[in-house]
Amino acid sequence: MSDTSEDILATAAGWVAQGETVALATVVQTWGSSPRPAGSRLAISASGRLAGSVSGGCIEGAVADAAQQTMASGTPQVLSFGVSDEMAWEVGLACGGKVKVFVEKLA
Amino acid sequence: MKAEILARLQAARAAKQPVALVTRLTDGLQLLWPQDEAPAPLVDAARTALADDAAQNVEWEGAAWFVHPHNPPLRLIIVGAVHIAQALVPMAQPLGFAVTVVDPRRAWATADRFPGITLIHEWTDDAMAQLAPDSRTAVVTLTHDPKLDDPALDVSLKSAAFYIGALGSRRTHAKRVARLTELGHGPEALARIKSPVGLDIEAVTAAEIGLSIIAEVVAVRRGAALGNRERAPVSA
Repeated sequence: MSDTSEDILATAAGWVAQGETVALATVVQTWGSSPRPAGSRLAISASGRLAGSVSGGCIEGAVADAAQQTMASGTPQVLSFGVSDEMAWEVGLACGGKVKVFVEKLA
Repeated sequence: MKAEILARLQAARAAKQPVALVTRLTDGLQLLWPQDEAPAPLVDAARTALADDAAQNVEWEGAAWFVHPHNPPLRLIIVGAVHIAQALVPMAQPLGFAVTVVDPRRAWATADRFPGITLIHEWTDDAMAQLAPDSRTAVVTLTHDPKLDDPALDVSLKSAAFYIGALGSRRTHAKRVARLTELGHGPEALARIKSPVGLDIEAVTAAEIGLSIIAEVVAVRRGAALGNRERAPVSA
């Protein structure tokens, strides 16, 4: 699980070194079938760069939006995404799983 | 995450030290265990997280905490700097394996053939003893030469390596089993050796054999049924 998430940290650190503002999103809990396990990371930069993933692509957009807020405010957030199958076309997990994501600024 | 925590996390990773990043989700307060002191319930969770290589969620003093293990990379030790090894190395790296290639034959184990890979030119038993395979290590022997493969397998069978694979036909393997039995390994230990090595995908080329091997390593690591398939019974 930590096998590839650490490379995201290195990428994020690289962006910071280039003077970018960066936020990290980490899957902290999952229920049911969710594509990425706890510990999976997505790095987001203020300029819109993305590295890694917290889902199969379904919630990355919403997480990136929240990350921009966290970069501006400095306040971490816990985001919950959970949808029933019929709601799957909204922002959420198409597979019907639930996932909790922690978003923090690299400061 | 504070720059200071990130720097220490990266340093621990570079030094191949297992470390758990512990985060209070309510406000983002973080510490690194075992470098930083932590209350007992969080220490317990950090120990479990590292041992199981699985993140933990803990409630403590009314707050939710996330315990995120960062173990050193898995290791893949390839004995035999052969063509299949050259195909296997670039597949193993993105899967999270730190790769070491062992081959006393210097003409094979060259930086030219294995750019950026740790190469060990010592005899295979000395090399394996030095590398000390643990439960996060996979070992694959590819030399086809009993003088090189057997000593490496002998050391591996005495270790906790989670995967031991040996290239060779069923006939070759039966002879190998006989030799390793003479070295004192029982049937249960010898059953740990995956041979013929790799998942049966009718692999022909070096790259296909590399793929079948690394797929089997992943299957065993993840506890997939494919990693446990019955092989023809081996007899000494």
